[in-house]
Amino acid sequence: MYDPTVARLTYRALLGRRRALILGALPLLLIVLSVAVRALTGADDQTASDVLGGFAIATMVPIIGVIAGTGAIGPEIDDGSVVYLLSKPLKRPTIIFTKLIVAIAVTMVFSAVPTLIAGLILNGNGQQIAVAYTVAALVSSIAYSALFLLLGTVSRHAVVFGLVYALVWEALFGSLVPGARTLSVQQWSLAVAHKIAGGDLVTSDVSLTTATVLLVAVTALATWYAGQKLRTLKLAGEE
Amino acid sequence: MTTLSIDHVSRWFGNVVAVNDITMTIGPGVTGLLGPNGAGKSTLINMMGGFLAPSTGTVTLDGQPVWRNERIYQHIGIVPEREAMYDFLTGREFVVANAELHGLGAKAAQKALATVEMEYAQDRSISTYSKGMRQRVKMASALVHEPSLLLLDEPFNGMDPRQRMQLMDLLRKMGDEGRTVLFSSHILEEVEQLARHIEVVVAGRHAASGDFRKIRRLMTDRPHRYLVRSSDDRALAAALIADPSTAGIEVDMSEGALRIQAVDFGRFTVLLPKVARDHGIRLLTVSPSDESLESVFSYLVAA
Repeated sequence: MYDPTVARLTYRALLGRRRALILGALPLLLIVLSVAVRALTGADDQTASDVLGGFAIATMVPIIGVIAGTGAIGPEIDDGSVVYLLSKPLKRPTIIFTKLIVAIAVTMVFSAVPTLIAGLILNGNGQQIAVAYTVAALVSSIAYSALFLLLGTVSRHAVVFGLVYALVWEALFGSLVPGARTLSVQQWSLAVAHKIAGGDLVTSDVSLTTATVLLVAVTALATWYAGQKLRTLKLAGEE
Repeated sequence: MTTLSIDHVSRWFGNVVAVNDITMTIGPGVTGLLGPNGAGKSTLINMMGGFLAPSTGTVTLDGQPVWRNERIYQHIGIVPEREAMYDFLTGREFVVANAELHGLGAKAAQKALATVEMEYAQDRSISTYSKGMRQRVKMASALVHEPSLLLLDEPFNGMDPRQRMQLMDLLRKMGDEGRTVLFSSHILEEVEQLARHIEVVVAGRHAASGDFRKIRRLMTDRPHRYLVRSSDDRALAAALIADPSTAGIEVDMSEGALRIQAVDFGRFTVLLPKVARDHGIRLLTVSPSDESLESVFSYLVAA
């Protein structure tokens, strides 16, 4: 199911100089912000939760998910170089699964690690806040990667759709329309974080059971469907 | 023996028919797929390579379907027309990756790189390669598993004459080894130099198939039209019409020129300057008015 050569090519493409800079910018901003907040207000659990929930989980993780998820396959389909993968005796779901693993790993490294560092800076993991949000980042990395990998497989405008989903749906509707929150990767991951953090500092609109089922279902379905789409991917000719 | 069979294949995109009911069989040796730009060659090659489903009809390789059959790629090598190819890798890394995807190792990759004579630049990034070098590395990636069928889409585009000769030698060698090699081109001379057997596609239809020389003769023997201006058009016209190689001459007053229809191309090209010299007429303009490939091909379709 996992092909090391496909993985190597995907890592090299994803971590090319320009993309790596974009991937690194938001985590850097989070850490700079955390240092500034800590210096100005001191260690405060509520503030830590606000920064991690409002910026790291609501904005940074989905954007990094978009860049890594769509970037793991979209550019190859766009420029046609995916033909070198498709013209091999290699099962198409293997290509998708491998790219998913790479996208998850990249999203986790660029979102969960900085979330943990920022949490430690903000309040030294008081009430398990840093760990709780780190777990939320890890969990949502998986679902976002699967969703955006599928988007990268089916659409040429995957980055735009991905950003619209991440910023408009997750960040805006998620905070304004209660119903939208049930269908939000962010809320599902917060349900997991809620279990870990003490007190009511981390809250979610969905129960842990619902969240777990939805996370697993969305990840599995998106991955399966992307594999099917790749099997019948039509490479547009030059004519 | 590897035989690629295209059986009543059509492909349309929305309302546009790109390939119209084509049936052909490609056997061992080098076959040229000839046709003007936009004739449907790439669409056809994409279907042969399993990257596009035929709207109707089937494409099979020794009886095995090509579409939605990943295992078929053990036997097929593909050189796509598009340039993109993991530019951030070196040539060697690219060919090694292609070998690994076939379950082979660095040794197979090295052999393929040697075959296309790219060892000297194998450790340079592909982004620094010229078009000809890219083409050769693409070729190496397609040869790495020694496929019995090789499909090449416009492989000579952008190559300089020396690179072109090298690639032709290589393809000829592969054909002589008994592999099935199919390449597309819109340039008559390219096909002429390399392929004995050709398939001609015009406007999505299969226009001709068979021995190159026969088809070439059909092409050269068609009536040729010329626009000629001279110091004495009428005297020239009178002298030319006496020869059987000329079928008709029209004096075009508005253009101030002669429109000549020649039936024997070879004879007419020798006759015209000779007649002009013998009669002391100066030729000012001699231009073929239907030399475009499209007109050559459409003549073939009508024939």
